[in-house]
Amino acid sequence: MTDATAASSESFRWLQRRRRFSVYEIAFWLATVVPFFVFPTYLTLASQIAIAALFAISVDLILGYAGIITLGHAMLFGIGAYTAGLISKAGWGEPLTGLLLAGGFAGLVGFVVSFIIVRVRHLALIMITLGLGLLSYELANAMEWLTGGTDGLQGVDIWPIFGTFKFDLWGYTAYGYALIVLFIGLLLSRKLVHSAFGLSLRGIRENLKRMPAIGSNYRGHLQKIYTISAAMAGVAGALLAQTTSTVSLDTLSFQRSADVVVMLILGGTGRLYGAIVGAIIFMVARDQLADMNPQYWYFWIGLLLMFVVLVTPDGILGALSRLARIRE
Amino acid sequence: MMPDPAIVLRTEALYKRFGSLEVVRDVSLELPRGARHALIGPNGAGKTTLVNLITGQEKGDSGRIHLDGADITEVPQAARVRHGLTRTFQINTLFPALTPIESVTLAVCERERVAGQFWRSLVAHRRAIDEAFEILQSLGLAEVATRRTRTLPYGQQRLLEIALALATRPKVLLLDEPAAGVPKNESMLLFKVIEALPEDISVLFIEHDMDLVFSFASRIVVLVSGGVLIEAPPDVVRNDQRVREVYLGQARHG
Repeated sequence: MTDATAASSESFRWLQRRRRFSVYEIAFWLATVVPFFVFPTYLTLASQIAIAALFAISVDLILGYAGIITLGHAMLFGIGAYTAGLISKAGWGEPLTGLLLAGGFAGLVGFVVSFIIVRVRHLALIMITLGLGLLSYELANAMEWLTGGTDGLQGVDIWPIFGTFKFDLWGYTAYGYALIVLFIGLLLSRKLVHSAFGLSLRGIRENLKRMPAIGSNYRGHLQKIYTISAAMAGVAGALLAQTTSTVSLDTLSFQRSADVVVMLILGGTGRLYGAIVGAIIFMVARDQLADMNPQYWYFWIGLLLMFVVLVTPDGILGALSRLARIRE
Repeated sequence: MMPDPAIVLRTEALYKRFGSLEVVRDVSLELPRGARHALIGPNGAGKTTLVNLITGQEKGDSGRIHLDGADITEVPQAARVRHGLTRTFQINTLFPALTPIESVTLAVCERERVAGQFWRSLVAHRRAIDEAFEILQSLGLAEVATRRTRTLPYGQQRLLEIALALATRPKVLLLDEPAAGVPKNESMLLFKVIEALPEDISVLFIEHDMDLVFSFASRIVVLVSGGVLIEAPPDVVRNDQRVREVYLGQARHG
């Protein structure tokens, strides 16, 4: 029996090791403060990257872990953005409660939508999410009295964080704020991924047919993760609204839904940090390439995307982690 | 009617049609507690469909299914598993990127209804992990517990099929060709594992190899064209003229 316990401990330790923070992770988070000192003129870009990364993590939770393919997640991002914007326009500019309310409302919409989402798969799922995305875009377009239509919401006034940190022109507060929210979002996602629930999501992704055969109510799991992902996407949208003081229709656009999937594929799905790496590459590439040639920069993104998918199907981070393993 | 406590699984006049084809026809079976019964029949006899009906993966056109005296005909598949009715698959239906310890722990967590908890770390479920490891160990999979399933030899993947089922703590275990594709010398070992399962698990297995069937089954159900031809102890089945005709005819045509 002692042998068995010892052997079981080995499996147990193996599972434990999988959730430990690696040096790369710690190094990465230390590096995120570099822009404050080294690239102060790029802080606005840095906060956009942090927001895109949070949005990409929310998609990774459903796409990378649970295998729900979506081309309409901007719906939830946009709902979060408009909710935050409208709350502030209604006279309540406190950022943190605005963030939570926006996330909560997006989560609620996600929960309602999840009843449809879990009933379809494959191509039908892509079409349903795409349809929902288009629907919400046009709805926001038509409801001009509420959303401002194509002009968007202007003059979103956000109070200082904790009554102290004012949103400045340089973007110090914006980047610090977005970075901390991203960090919290990542920690919570990490916790979720390494829970029994996270394991069951990977089970769904790996073999849906087996799940009911081990007694799993997998549809309940899928609804739960879709709701959580929706809330996180909503928080990302709210961050954009609060840090830019505007909400435009393109927060709901198909382009945004597609871009976030591209970021995730570039970085690598099912590893959380892939979402962040993908967001960094995508946003920096856009920033640099758009300077050179504002019209055709998607050409290069298309090229990069094809290269990554063909050469390293598990994304850039997947390739890097394989390299690191070989070196060890 | 009082249910017979010695019978753990009972089907009553099950029917399943695909168009005009009756795939399962008037199947009434009883599986006693602790049984080691075999379900045999030529290809296309409806064996897998029958297992699909009993486990709820497919819905029958008519008939009833009782588990431990309770009518489960309308109960969905996952809930049947939680009531103790579990199956394995003829074609490996595993989680390729997960390790055996993860796969079996997942099944234990689902059974314990903690698989939806996202606020507690997986390693906080120490008992589930230990139980999963014990199951793996009992099937000789302890050595490979932390290797990815897709890298395991085929024979070990067949064992993992059974390990996943055992983690649900079944009362009734339906094994759909557990040794499918396994070389002869290994399939004997695999059936020794099945024979050694605890008494309180009642087993019905589909198998094509008659040597295995006659070595391990205490009773045999012969299914032909969706209907039960005969249900009897091995000796009776072996000497039954109709069974011989079915199998000899099959051999002649094959």
